[in-house]
Amino acid sequence: MTDVAAERSAIGPRADVVPEAPGTGPTAKVARRRNQLIAWAFLAPFMAAFVLFVIWPLMHGVYLSMTDQSLTGAGGRFIGLQNYTEALSDPVVWSSIRNTVWFTVISTVPLILFALVMALLVNTGLPGQWLWRLAFFMPFLLASTVISQIWMWIFNPELGAANEILQRFGIEPIAWLQTEHIDIISITIATVWWTVGFNFLLYLAALQNIPDLQYEAAAVDGAGRWRQLFSITLPQLGPVTVVVVILQMLASLKLFDQAYQMMDGGSSDTSRPIVQYIFEAGFTGYRFGYASAISYIFFALIVIVGIFQMTVLSRRRENR
Amino acid sequence: MSTSVPTMPETDVTVSTRRPRKPGESPFSAARVVAFIALVTMALLWLLPILWAVATAFKTETDAASGGLNPIGESGLTTQAFRTVLDEGNVYIRGLNSLWTSAVITIITVGISALAAYAFSRLAFTGQKVLFIAVIASIIVPPQALIIPLYYQMLTFNMVDTYWGLILPQVVMAPIVFILKKFFDAVPIELEDAARVDGASRLRVFWSIVLPLSRPILGAVSIFVFIQAWNNFLWPFLVINDTFLMTLPVGLQTVMSAYGIQYAQTMAQALLAALPLIVVFLLFQRQIVKGVATTGFGGQ
Repeated sequence: MTDVAAERSAIGPRADVVPEAPGTGPTAKVARRRNQLIAWAFLAPFMAAFVLFVIWPLMHGVYLSMTDQSLTGAGGRFIGLQNYTEALSDPVVWSSIRNTVWFTVISTVPLILFALVMALLVNTGLPGQWLWRLAFFMPFLLASTVISQIWMWIFNPELGAANEILQRFGIEPIAWLQTEHIDIISITIATVWWTVGFNFLLYLAALQNIPDLQYEAAAVDGAGRWRQLFSITLPQLGPVTVVVVILQMLASLKLFDQAYQMMDGGSSDTSRPIVQYIFEAGFTGYRFGYASAISYIFFALIVIVGIFQMTVLSRRRENR
Repeated sequence: MSTSVPTMPETDVTVSTRRPRKPGESPFSAARVVAFIALVTMALLWLLPILWAVATAFKTETDAASGGLNPIGESGLTTQAFRTVLDEGNVYIRGLNSLWTSAVITIITVGISALAAYAFSRLAFTGQKVLFIAVIASIIVPPQALIIPLYYQMLTFNMVDTYWGLILPQVVMAPIVFILKKFFDAVPIELEDAARVDGASRLRVFWSIVLPLSRPILGAVSIFVFIQAWNNFLWPFLVINDTFLMTLPVGLQTVMSAYGIQYAQTMAQALLAALPLIVVFLLFQRQIVKGVATTGFGGQ
């Protein structure tokens, strides 16, 4: 969405023209070298941290993924692509990828629809604005462990509120987190409750950017509320929806915290996300080499989804 | 991959704006009543889990363990669960750990990002474009994919179970650099030029002209970094095993198994951990909302 702007501003406006105009001759050369040094002084702290904590682990991970390194310090022999071949034939890798993708699908839709409805309702200007924002957005600010504890309590099979409510309606209680296939849905419910507020705010901001004038003009032309919603509001939410979908998919693919916590540190073959398998392979199985290989498979998944999104996005642009 | 740098178009989000009623529209029109009912229902639905947690935390363990949907147990309200949790003492230590490590992470992150963003925005140096693209492209790298090599690195540096091991890997936030650079790009250059002509050094210009001008965006970004650091789970969970170095969210995870079926105490713990952020939200609601809407990126 901002590629062009980013591209252009990457060079950025330069202030250096005034005091030390680039030119020729020894003084200009000294001045230019000085400018380089100053720029690097500004950059150095961030770049040092960037290289140490992003670039280096990123590259070292490639090496680790080709060794049989153990968390205990043992191993470390170079074994080529063995970890990758093992991972690709490991059923747990595939089931955890499947779970992750499934979670992304079933969480993204409600996370966008609920957010949109909330924003539209709040944007009608009904009294109590701060209360609505508090109710919808505050859960987003809570730590994952807090929300996991609350929802584990709600989903408690014998005492939890969820089953109590079901029983009032004469429905058999459900073992929310202890039943395969239902566990991932319970995790999704908790996640939607937790993070919908973020999308809600993005939608609300976009809604408030639509000039009132457009509504007034439509009203003059005799367009009712519904007509305005479908002809003015929703079409203009296209760009923000693209942002929300992109962000939401990438966020959902990184599922770990609540899935791991709500399963009480355990896991099931229908709920374990791929990040949790990295964790399990590395920190409970002590296999750092193997876990690194799974990390790169996960990274590849994210990149594939990212590329897919960009292709769809640019195709959309061309069609305009 | 700049598409993964989702910054919202510059919006002036006051969010509290109330769309005025259309002229001639009654405050109690059928449409408004329906909308109001829908809104109240959704808000209740979203508040209920927290209210339920609060109700449980104020019950006795026996009442909590007897189930049912009664908000108040048979033995009435009690702060017993909170007192037990507080008496145990770990909550204070972990609260302090969370507070100061999050504060340090925020200061370092915003500081180094602002310096780098200024260099990318205003200074000329070789490789500027390539470096900037590298930083932006790194946003696609999921932090979860780096935990194994990062942990290995911390082992090598002897930083496992130390505050620095907790803090340092969290200070690289490329989106912050991007946001601040965009902001600096928009600051009129004439202001700086005037000071430069008067002989002020780059650092001086940055410190006494650019930073004061950027106060609102620095504030918004800081609140965001702080919240993210406060709530971060995976990395602190991995790198800290010592109970006295744990942050609140990590501590909650470990007591979860320790308390077992002490439901009231578990809820009391969770609420105590949530309380600081609820207070922060109530105090800075406007800035947080604005910050999220303008910076437009989320961690979870």
